[in-house]
Amino acid sequence: MQTLGDPPTPNTLWFSSEPRLISCGSVVGPKEGAGPLGDHFDHVCSDERLGERSWEQAERRLLMAAIDHCLVRAKLKPEDVQVLLAGDLMDQIVTSGYAARHHNAPFFGLYGACSTFSEALLLGSVLVDGGYRKTALCATASHHNAAERQFRAPTEFGAQRPPLSQWTVTGAGACLLGAEPVVKDEPCIVVESGTIGRVVDYDVADPYDLGSAMAPAAADTVLAHLRDVQRSPEYYDLILTGDLGRVGRDLALELAGGQGVQVDGERWQDGGVLIYDRSQNVRAGGSGCACSACVFCGYVWRLMRSRNLRRVLVVATGALLSPLISKQGESIPAVAHAVSFKLV
Amino acid sequence: MKAGPRESRAYQRLHAKYRPQTPLLRNVTVAFLVGGTICAFGQLVYDFYLGLGFTPAEAAGPLAGTMIFLGAFLTGLGVYDWIGDFGGMGAALPITGFANAIVAPAMESKREGLVQGLGTKMFEVAGPVLVYGLTVSFVVGAVRYIIRAY
Amino acid sequence: MPYLTAFITGGLLCVAAQLVVNLTQLTPAHTMVLFVSAGAVISGLGWYDVLIEFGGAGATVPLTGFGHALVNGILDGLNQKGLMGLFTGGITGAAMGITVAVIAGYAAAVLFDPKG
Repeated sequence: MQTLGDPPTPNTLWFSSEPRLISCGSVVGPKEGAGPLGDHFDHVCSDERLGERSWEQAERRLLMAAIDHCLVRAKLKPEDVQVLLAGDLMDQIVTSGYAARHHNAPFFGLYGACSTFSEALLLGSVLVDGGYRKTALCATASHHNAAERQFRAPTEFGAQRPPLSQWTVTGAGACLLGAEPVVKDEPCIVVESGTIGRVVDYDVADPYDLGSAMAPAAADTVLAHLRDVQRSPEYYDLILTGDLGRVGRDLALELAGGQGVQVDGERWQDGGVLIYDRSQNVRAGGSGCACSACVFCGYVWRLMRSRNLRRVLVVATGALLSPLISKQGESIPAVAHAVSFKLV
Repeated sequence: MKAGPRESRAYQRLHAKYRPQTPLLRNVTVAFLVGGTICAFGQLVYDFYLGLGFTPAEAAGPLAGTMIFLGAFLTGLGVYDWIGDFGGMGAALPITGFANAIVAPAMESKREGLVQGLGTKMFEVAGPVLVYGLTVSFVVGAVRYIIRAY
Repeated sequence: MPYLTAFITGGLLCVAAQLVVNLTQLTPAHTMVLFVSAGAVISGLGWYDVLIEFGGAGATVPLTGFGHALVNGILDGLNQKGLMGLFTGGITGAAMGITVAVIAGYAAAVLFDPKG
């Protein structure tokens, strides 16, 4: 029997050319804007519909806005993007596909549920580090109302959300990676390595309990990463999991501890815990592919730029939930990918 | 990687330790108050129809109709999802909750068209209530018919 | 005290449903189906009228009352039309509810937009 954090092969890629994180963009909805991180986002939308006719179209607008903010900050035009890697939670990842329709960049649509953000970062780093692309734009978006409709129930349906449930983040985040040399005397963030996660399933079947379904995958990837790079967790100033929520993060810490790796709770933060305040009626915390993206592109990126954080491991976690298969009685598998950033 | 039975049992034990407790007492109390209030209001509507000269048997239909109308209206205003999240089954079990279950998917699916969206999704959530209500009542009626015949 | 008894009867039915949701693996959708079916069966046994006698709207407004209305319609149909009533009575008994549900549901869905 395999154990957590001990995949048979090393799954960590070293990016020797150190692709630079050139720029970030983040856009969120009103609820996220009212949360503890509200001041760190590039733009807070005043309503959830963004003037569009459907939640799906609103989500697309979020993604496009985050990409625009990212490019404007980098002083680049859409044509300068050599590859766009994007994903979301909708069926057929329509948000990304339709957003990419507006850009002329070659496009890869990705699906890793809420882990898509680090999946995109990892693949973007591979393309840049390999010298195949000079710039790679990695972006994800999610919308609470669109996700509720797709995965659970229509938004106006009066179901009581259980204490374990999580609130999908309305927002989008975009990161631009590039093969630019490091500039002296400027806070430059580079991608150092990335660990490809395995799909892990610990027999959690409750579709409201995604944090617990994802916790083993998060622990597995973090442990595998630390094993591969031969570091202790203290090496990182911050280990940021995507959207485990309060319950899932505690479980992941406990699972890591069970394998002999003790991480203190201050060092291991979770996007789903950070983005909302407890008073915002979100039960166990935030979720969605925008959760890790917004927290990283808005909050963590600014902390790194201001030299408050130097080494960060981003581990976006995804529950590969299908409402259809879930109703057929199967448990929920999960995956998490890790990407390590450092300030040089 | 699929956890073996031993790992998954160990994880369930760990999970039980961290899992937030369902606030049973709170949920039950709120369900009682919300459900009770809706039903007491229903009694008011019922008495109104009796006052108009309906017999008790005749007033049952208009009562259901009025409550369904109110549930649909409150769903349209965007209020019923909050009542439901607050009141749990206290909001879902009264027939106003049935109306909510009809309007919510219909309204949400309007963008896919009045036929393929609204029309097909209207009974997405409430459909089972009709299916099993009709089926079970048919069986009950059939049993009564057979008992009476023999 | 018809309002108090309606409050108590309806409240207790909702408490029962809440307990089913919180203490078993059943979803709210399963529970609603369960209560409609239970209402129909209790009505078939002839006991639901006793509950209505006591609780008034507290017994008719919850979904169990919908199950009762269906069975009540079928029993009326059986009395009036014999075997034909088995097929027509149920819908007749619940006609007002079903029609208003579709019409008001349609109107609300067209007139309003989801707020999220």
